[in-house]
Amino acid sequence: MSDYLVQFNNISKFFGKVIALKDVTMKLKKGEIMCLLGDNGAGKSTLIKTLAGVHKPDEGEIIFEDQKIVFDSPRDALDIGIGTVYQDLALVSLMSVTRNFFMGREPQKGLPFFKTFDIEKANTIAAERMGQIGIDVRDPSQAVGTMSGGERQCLAISRAIYFGAKVLVLDEPTSALGVHQASMVLKYIVKAASQGLAVILITHNVHHAYPVGNSFTVLNRGKSMGTFQKKDISREKLLSMMAGGEELDKLEVELKEMDRIENN
Amino acid sequence: MSVKSESIQSKKDSGQDERLKKISPLRVLLNRPELGALGGSILVFIFFGIVAGDTGMFSAYGTLNFLDVSANLGIIAIAAAMLMIGGEFDLSIGSMIGFAGICIAIPAIYWGWPLWTSIIFAFAMAVLIGYFNGIMVVKTGLPSFIVTLAMLFILRGATLAITRLITGRTQVPGLRVLIEDDPIAWLFATDTFQWLFTWLGSMKLIALRTDGTPLATGIPPSVIWFIALTLFATWILMKTRYGNWIFASGGDKVGATNVGVPVGRVKISLFIGTAVASTIFACIQVLDAGSADTMRGTLKELEAIAAAVVGGCLLTGGYGSAIGAALGAIIFGTVSMGIFYTDVDTDWFKVFLGAMMLIAVVFNNYIRKKVTETK
Repeated sequence: MSDYLVQFNNISKFFGKVIALKDVTMKLKKGEIMCLLGDNGAGKSTLIKTLAGVHKPDEGEIIFEDQKIVFDSPRDALDIGIGTVYQDLALVSLMSVTRNFFMGREPQKGLPFFKTFDIEKANTIAAERMGQIGIDVRDPSQAVGTMSGGERQCLAISRAIYFGAKVLVLDEPTSALGVHQASMVLKYIVKAASQGLAVILITHNVHHAYPVGNSFTVLNRGKSMGTFQKKDISREKLLSMMAGGEELDKLEVELKEMDRIENN
Repeated sequence: MSVKSESIQSKKDSGQDERLKKISPLRVLLNRPELGALGGSILVFIFFGIVAGDTGMFSAYGTLNFLDVSANLGIIAIAAAMLMIGGEFDLSIGSMIGFAGICIAIPAIYWGWPLWTSIIFAFAMAVLIGYFNGIMVVKTGLPSFIVTLAMLFILRGATLAITRLITGRTQVPGLRVLIEDDPIAWLFATDTFQWLFTWLGSMKLIALRTDGTPLATGIPPSVIWFIALTLFATWILMKTRYGNWIFASGGDKVGATNVGVPVGRVKISLFIGTAVASTIFACIQVLDAGSADTMRGTLKELEAIAAAVVGGCLLTGGYGSAIGAALGAIIFGTVSMGIFYTDVDTDWFKVFLGAMMLIAVVFNNYIRKKVTETK
């Protein structure tokens, strides 16, 4: 058995003539948080969808617990334990916390043909799970719309974990959040990893990624620019790699130039 | 991490999160979609109690009369409400009523089928048409408004064309004689609790005809169907997994799909539901009148949607209740009958209907904002 829980080896994905991903490799151990960094258009979305089973890779292989895996549908990915939390979170704001938590996978009780949604059990579990992350749901039947952005994100992650995710794929979990809310979500992600989950955190925000990540994979124009351990790379270096370095340098030069003109 | 857990700890210690207000029972009630309809129906009954309390509107006969009208509307309003919660509309309800009517009448009268087989035939057609509506909406992604608007014309036209082709007329009478001894028709054509009304009559507690039989002979079948469907729909929505799927499909189609809700199947089944409810409506009306008419059910789809909206359904889906729709139907039924007992010109009924709906939509919109308010 190898050290890695899940390995994505040389994944490539083409859409017609467009090379969306080329030879992207990522390996994750249990308890590891890997941050997938990239600017807009770097291929992050395509990669997520490939991990989640929405797209089939055209080249490369996915190895989960030493077994080669082929996903035919998102359901397959879910079934083996790759839980993806998309940016829209798949939460319905008019529905209650409980009804959202168990959406699509409601616990049932009763006789065949007269099965009912076991709402008491669902309420208990939902309140308990939310309590574990420090969100005090005063009433699990309250609408999700009343929760803050960070709480919703935590609810969606908590749901993925409850339903058996071993690898969590999080798509921009902090992008729409304020500082306080974002830190709440990041803390929860660290906690989830400390319990043995492997986390792939997709973001374009180095300041959110750097404090929590163990390793960093930088994606640029569909290609991986390599995976770096935290000790081997600085925040500034990551930032410049993401933006393609030169561009930021150029910006700096231009700003200096503007400064000079103003001072004259 | 430590910061958060400390804050939780302190929260636990004080026993109360300082950010949470105490919620009053009134607020809990406000969060129920049927609140508006409940308030509305209470107001309606108070109004008619004062204006028409001594006119016979609330006698056994009068009450059953407005209940019958409410119940008929309620049967389709509940199905329309469930579909609306699921995020879609069905504008073909009224045409389906007309079509189901001739599906019963023509085979029974012109082709010599036993009445029960033609009733089953009508229901089978309803399932097919509902399925077609559903699959069109789900597969093409077109708004259900357009798809079912097309079906509204297609069904009404087909009803007229087929009836005229086969019978040369637009009405098919002569069903009444077939009801007796039919194994199914009684479901849609029998007044229940007749013994109770006979007894009440014999005790001189309710009004009698000149021949000594009570004026109100029993609970009409529509009322029984109405109550049964309200309970059934409420059970589905609140207590079953399928109910949760209905809310999820209407609330956020993409999200629901992503977590494994079979949104397409849910929507198709709801379209079948409205078509079947229209057929129940048609059975009751056709067997009560003893004839089918090609224009039967005209505009009923709009009344059903209006009742559902007054009952708290949001036009955007994902929110509403069957009890609310039932109350909405009772409001409309009661006013449409009650207005005869007042001095108000009945021409004003539609004005009331429209005003009621506007008020309901404004109110529901406000409620939705409250429910989804971020703290």
